[in-house]
Amino acid sequence: MKARFSVASLVLLLALFFAGAAQAVKPDEVLQDPALEARARALSGGLRCMVCQNQSIDESDADLARDLRILVRQRLVAGDTDRQVMDYIVSRYGEFVLLKPRFSLRNALLWGTPVLLLLAGGLFIVLSARSRRTVPDSALGAEEQAALDKMLSE
Amino acid sequence: MSNETEAPAPRRRLFVLLPLLVFLGLAGLFLSQLLSGRDTSEIPSALIGLPAPQTSLPPLEGMNLPGLESKSFAGRVTLVNVFASWCAPCREEHPVLLGLSQDKRFTLAALNYKDQPENARRFLGELGNPYQAIGVDPAGRAAIDWGVYGVPETFVVGKDGKIAYKHVGPLTPDSVRALLLPQIEKALSAPG
Repeated sequence: MKARFSVASLVLLLALFFAGAAQAVKPDEVLQDPALEARARALSGGLRCMVCQNQSIDESDADLARDLRILVRQRLVAGDTDRQVMDYIVSRYGEFVLLKPRFSLRNALLWGTPVLLLLAGGLFIVLSARSRRTVPDSALGAEEQAALDKMLSE
Repeated sequence: MSNETEAPAPRRRLFVLLPLLVFLGLAGLFLSQLLSGRDTSEIPSALIGLPAPQTSLPPLEGMNLPGLESKSFAGRVTLVNVFASWCAPCREEHPVLLGLSQDKRFTLAALNYKDQPENARRFLGELGNPYQAIGVDPAGRAAIDWGVYGVPETFVVGKDGKIAYKHVGPLTPDSVRALLLPQIEKALSAPG
């Protein structure tokens, strides 16, 4: 009984171990050079799979994603810089292919909106605080003040 | 104290309404986007207005037709249709392409995407061949150059060799009438 249990747990452990290694990248795609492979993984992690659109090509099993992974690797092997590889793919598929949009004038509104909202909110708080401060603390009229003074002096 | 009760200033009342107005504005915007019927998974091509990628694809053997050469785009409006025999929507749009091939004012060319030559030949033999040129792209590398991400896709290339329009997905009689034909007419009437 005990032996069977330990066999079962061993199988489970093995299954979990290999489940962690399951990935879209096939062994035949992996480059020999670990440094290049690391760059390829980093680049493909930032490229959108145009077929599934919410996965990166590094995670997607789609054919086009596989083709693009291979293309990225071939370009790296051919000596392209990271930027050149990304520029080529952006020139074909547009900036939508980047999971993280570039910081450029065209995207200024996209990146700037949170900052603008924060500034507007801050401005609103400062202005409303200031306008509240200008309301006089004691709003006693001259007559009331005189009456109060009289009461106090009595 | 009297100041505050006397002046619930109209300006402040406007401020209270502001969130509601913003909400209604956003709701209206989202609703109009939802009802527009636009397919949000359809991405406009990054190549519109740019010269068609340098392409030189070998012809589909056994068809006696030229391959796909970007050099031949000059001076004539060309429709480039990306198709494959394994692609079901391509089968669906094929009658529409046969109809378009009757119009002799433009060239209908094909990029046969990641296909087996014999399957492509059987596909065209069975359904009819609308194309005047067919380039085969077994690795799909030329298609990446064209920014293709879903077959079928149809490009309108102007007389200047620039990509004027791209249609993603199968052409239907409706989409040809409403979207493709106006673009073709525009490309035909452009000087060049």
